[in-house]
Amino acid sequence: MGLKKMMVGFLGSVIAIGGFLEVATADLKFPMLVYRTGAYAPNGIPNADGFVDYYKMINARDGGIGGEKIVFPECETGYKTQVGVECYEKHKENAMVFQPMSTGITYQLIPKASADGVTVYSTGYGRTSAKNGKVFKWIFNAPATYWDGASIAVRHILKQNMGNIKGKKIALVYHNSAYGKEPIRTLQVLAKKHGYKLMLLPVDHPGQEQKATWLKIRKQRPNYVLMWGWGVMNQVAIKQASSIKFPMENFIGIWWSGSENDVMPAGAGAHGYKALTFNAPGDDYQVHKDIKKYVHDKGQASGDGSHFGTVLYNRGLFQAMVQVEAARVAQKIHGTSKITPAMYRDGMENVDLNAKRMEELGFKNFAPPFKNTCENHGGSGLAAVQQWDAKAKKWNMITEYMYGDAEVVDKLIAEDSTKYAKEQKIAMRCN
Amino acid sequence: MIYKETGQFKSTYESDHSIFPLIQDKIAFNILMLVAFLVVPFFIDSYWEKAILIPFLIYSMAAIGLNILTGYCGQVSLGTGGFMAVGAFATYKIMTFFPELNIMIIVLLSGVITAFVGILFGLPSLRIKGFYLAVATLASQFFIIWLFNKVPWFYNYSDTGQITVSERTMFGVAVTGANAPPYATYLFCLILVVVLGFAAKNMIRSKIGRSWMAIRDMDIAAEIIGVPPLKTKLSAFAISSFYIGIAGSLYFAVYLGALEVTESFDIMAISFPVLFMIIIGGLGSMLGSFLGAAFIVLLPIFLKNVMVDLIGLSAVTAKHFEITIWGLLMVVFLILEPHGLARLWSIAKEKLRKWPFPY
Repeated sequence: MGLKKMMVGFLGSVIAIGGFLEVATADLKFPMLVYRTGAYAPNGIPNADGFVDYYKMINARDGGIGGEKIVFPECETGYKTQVGVECYEKHKENAMVFQPMSTGITYQLIPKASADGVTVYSTGYGRTSAKNGKVFKWIFNAPATYWDGASIAVRHILKQNMGNIKGKKIALVYHNSAYGKEPIRTLQVLAKKHGYKLMLLPVDHPGQEQKATWLKIRKQRPNYVLMWGWGVMNQVAIKQASSIKFPMENFIGIWWSGSENDVMPAGAGAHGYKALTFNAPGDDYQVHKDIKKYVHDKGQASGDGSHFGTVLYNRGLFQAMVQVEAARVAQKIHGTSKITPAMYRDGMENVDLNAKRMEELGFKNFAPPFKNTCENHGGSGLAAVQQWDAKAKKWNMITEYMYGDAEVVDKLIAEDSTKYAKEQKIAMRCN
Repeated sequence: MIYKETGQFKSTYESDHSIFPLIQDKIAFNILMLVAFLVVPFFIDSYWEKAILIPFLIYSMAAIGLNILTGYCGQVSLGTGGFMAVGAFATYKIMTFFPELNIMIIVLLSGVITAFVGILFGLPSLRIKGFYLAVATLASQFFIIWLFNKVPWFYNYSDTGQITVSERTMFGVAVTGANAPPYATYLFCLILVVVLGFAAKNMIRSKIGRSWMAIRDMDIAAEIIGVPPLKTKLSAFAISSFYIGIAGSLYFAVYLGALEVTESFDIMAISFPVLFMIIIGGLGSMLGSFLGAAFIVLLPIFLKNVMVDLIGLSAVTAKHFEITIWGLLMVVFLILEPHGLARLWSIAKEKLRKWPFPY
């Protein structure tokens, strides 16, 4: 009996702790699912720091959004789906928006958040067909999707080959998960359209073991290698590529495989490695000056402050900025500063970040402008190619922002989202 | 004082052989059941459901399954993740093939399918033992995960290999899908765990369970006294896989709702943790399966909530502490009592008989 008592006591104390969970509800709550531990921490930390610094800056500079302070409880997921579910359940009450920072967790949350009425914003990751706002009311993935990314990478390759890549071999090295598998369908359709051969090379979690993958590449000599990697997988892949002397300028990563942390370990070998991006690198934008002034100079930088101005830190700023802007739009639409999660969603759907607005927010030329609408939750779909300069230790933009292959991508999105709507019996919106 | 058996006389074989021979145990268990069935459903919210109780019940089910195989029959298995994946994908395929079928039948059928797969992968156990068998089951883990990744038929040709559950109801209430109320999913899992838990307990106390234990303790001796190794070992694999398959089915249909095979059924995500559950809980103990599941699943959440919400540590510091404390506790418990938490409990019971006047 003693043990049962102990168990009841244990459960009881968990209940008691459960009661402490929700404290601040008057403010605007932006829960953060982060991973500062585990195999994905090298990418998770700078990104999370970007978020935190931006929220702190808004609270210090403007006193919050429309007078409402931002609270941003962190929940450590370690990139694990199950823990992500726990974090979501813990923080979903009155939450404005969730940014899962993991495609696996995003897939988890899509049905749950849709049923609970919570916005999920998966910035350039997650389920591509969530771009279709007619089906996915609560899910947003602006400014670009993986299928945009895949077709932009192919477009870049086309440009380098004067528009003809018939018979060329393109390999996709991907994280063997929902995330890495996202682009395969698009690349297959594009292979038919442009006549290239596609080689699929999965890398299992966490991605440290890639010897066999790169041996295959050395043997079969694909002309180009695309990569959908994350965490340590990126670093290992780039190191391996340089050790088999693969021409780095023919190695293109998605926007999650193009940060300083990914290329640094390979040293000079990484010179010339390319990656897509939908935001600019650097730390001389107005927003950086504000963060310096209001956060860093007061000694309140998140983490050790060493990631300031890096690619993923800047992406964190961009993601946080869109989330904050959505709250502002919602406040304007509904005429109240105390917005509810449902009102917030309306704000996110009407976000219009044109060049002028970006400049006002301190993000001049930081990212291409985009706009969400009822039908389109996926933004503009613009991305550019950046290249790593190992001597200067710096990313350089080498192309303009370009569109993906809308003809192919839009059709696939419509197909996939209608299938989902049918399976889940969702009625189409925006009619 | 309170916990003593003096004066409790058994006058029938039935009462002598009951699962809880002591009246105090019986009362405590009945109270626990009453609370679980009649109190908790009224107070459960979605955090308690999705983060605590459902995972606890599902992992308990998997731990019971593995305990039958490893704890009672002595066949070490590292294939739990693979067998759970079989349960999950069987559920998904049956669900999409027969949209009208009742979810309870789907779950049980998934268990049956997993049982057959278990028998298939149990065949090597007739020739190899101990660590060597562990390696063979490890192969089954990798093979099954690879298969569900490689053959698109299993995930209905979806682009990302994700499988997603659709809504199913019991008595008009949804038990799967995002709209299922917390009490419904909780009761659904609880009923399965309680019914199958009793079934397992009784199997262990009957002929089949005794033959498992005979094989575990010394297989040659068991064979000489007439326990057929083929039948016994394969029945352990079948029944164990049945339980694990049901755990996998619930894990997919009720708990996660959408999953991807490599991440969700990874050896580090399922196989090892479930093995640790039964080692820490107690090999060859029903109670141990539950205690182990609680230790592995609930303790990290408990530690996290204490450190983040009560003490106010940052999420990442708390995580580092959590990993350290959890690991330390695991070592401490195993040094303190190598036979697991269940043994610790029975020692506590011994002490309780004399409490508060030990002589």
